[in-house]
Amino acid sequence: MKPSAYQRKRYWNEHEMSWWERAYLFEILRGLGITGGVFLRNMFKWMTGRKGALTTYYPEERRADYAAGNRGKHVLTQRPDGRPQCVACNMCATVCPAKVIEIDAAFDPDDPAHPKYPSRFEIDYSRCVFCGLCVEACPEDAIRMVQDVPDLPAFDRHRMWLGKEELLTWHPLSDVAKPYPTAKRDDNPRGPA
Amino acid sequence: MIQDLVIYVVYIAYAVGVLMTFGTLLTWVERKQAAVMADRIGANRAYVRLPFTQVKLVWWGLFHGLADGLKMLVKEDFKPRTYDWYAYAVAPWVVFTPVLLVFAVIPFGGILEPAKLFPALAGWFGDRTWPMQIARLDAGLIVVFAFSGLTIIGAMLAGWSSANKFSMLGGLRAGSQMISYELVIGLTVLGLILIFGSVDLGVIVQKQSGIVLGFLPAWGVFYQPFAAMLFLTAAIAENKRIPFDLPEAESELIAGYYTEYSAMKMGLFMFAEFIEIAIIGALFTTLFLGGYNLPYMNDSGFVFPGDYVVPMSHGAVVVTQLVVFLVKIMLVCSFQILIRWSLPRFRYDQVLSFAWKFMLPLSIANLAVTAVLVWSHQGSAT
Repeated sequence: MKPSAYQRKRYWNEHEMSWWERAYLFEILRGLGITGGVFLRNMFKWMTGRKGALTTYYPEERRADYAAGNRGKHVLTQRPDGRPQCVACNMCATVCPAKVIEIDAAFDPDDPAHPKYPSRFEIDYSRCVFCGLCVEACPEDAIRMVQDVPDLPAFDRHRMWLGKEELLTWHPLSDVAKPYPTAKRDDNPRGPA
Repeated sequence: MIQDLVIYVVYIAYAVGVLMTFGTLLTWVERKQAAVMADRIGANRAYVRLPFTQVKLVWWGLFHGLADGLKMLVKEDFKPRTYDWYAYAVAPWVVFTPVLLVFAVIPFGGILEPAKLFPALAGWFGDRTWPMQIARLDAGLIVVFAFSGLTIIGAMLAGWSSANKFSMLGGLRAGSQMISYELVIGLTVLGLILIFGSVDLGVIVQKQSGIVLGFLPAWGVFYQPFAAMLFLTAAIAENKRIPFDLPEAESELIAGYYTEYSAMKMGLFMFAEFIEIAIIGALFTTLFLGGYNLPYMNDSGFVFPGDYVVPMSHGAVVVTQLVVFLVKIMLVCSFQILIRWSLPRFRYDQVLSFAWKFMLPLSIANLAVTAVLVWSHQGSAT
């Protein structure tokens, strides 16, 4: 059998090129006009002090349109006296899929209701996946995520850890949106808060 | 004698400085222009911090070229276990050196009279003049083709000696493509040689200084618009840039003939490519855009129609000519970058058939028409 010459398959929706398009040069010039036009337009915008691109210069600039449900940063909640609500049970560190939470527990003889407290609570934001499982795992509502982005661009991965001091930003008395229940110590069945 | 030495050392320093600056800056310009064309911002983070201060000079990311060079210099120089280490080591230089040498015959300014420029040294320089061109050779264009032909050898050496199939294929492609387009470049320029009657680039530029038809500057592009287009296309193909970047097609051949090169050896290939963009700009300017000439300008100032004369000092004329030449090169470079970021790549068979079945017949036809026109014009003139 004689081998037949290769026939390129013709598709039913194949674009029929006109004479003008097949001459190639004119279409090239049109394409160069489009790209050059975009270039000149953006350069003109830039020279008149506007930005010729949609890019946001993070970290110098922040986008204004983060979603309302964006949860990009952790906070540790506090008791009214300023101590962390965390009891260093390590459940968040256990459930964390990226293993970014490190907690050192310590003993506090002054607070018999909560003798265990974290002496060190650190989160490595270079590895955090922002899944929120730590918030779900916490039995004490001690860790929450808030609508923010960690302001942490750094040249060094060791600078991307946040410690207890940076995380203890949520104080019940300063939260106007969700006021802390001012429960009396006596009618709390689980003991003093 | 010693005056010649001083003048030419200054010329060579100027030429090398210009080429190196273009080579470094074009890496940044290419990225930045591509970004602006695509509604992005582009490289803008590299900075130089002034010593002992916190002042960071960003300058729109202009230092990215420096950062690239530094990175290339300090990276590991990986060497493959090749059977031909000498050819492997020498190939980047074979590509890089001829590219620099081409600039020797390109005139980057008019006539320099040091006595007028530095009156204090007038006694030493006398009334001698030097054309602003490193080597005023009769065979200017021939030298250009001879040197740009040498870069083919470098690309093929690199592809052959790397002991890598991808490099081998890239070297083969580079060889056939560059030789094909070398031919086209030569034929497109022949028409210009017929019109100007010389291959000396200095003479060619001087003959483009007038005005034709009352309003057009006597630039080569108005005599030979068709040849200008073919020349630019073939030159981009010769430089192996994107519509024709088959020798280094990264989707097929990793990096083509310099796959096995790393650190500054690979940097030399890149640098040679970017300097060649500037060289193509300089050649195109010299041949088709009137070189350092501005319309209505001569060596003593502007002479506009209606005998309106703006005299200029010799220093001002020299500076204007240098700046005009550089600005023209920049515009042509920018146009090449525009082409590189607009057009998709050819298929390999298309590249070669484009050279042999389309560009070559067209350039021969252009040459024939030019020859007939020049002959009939001279016949009627004499």
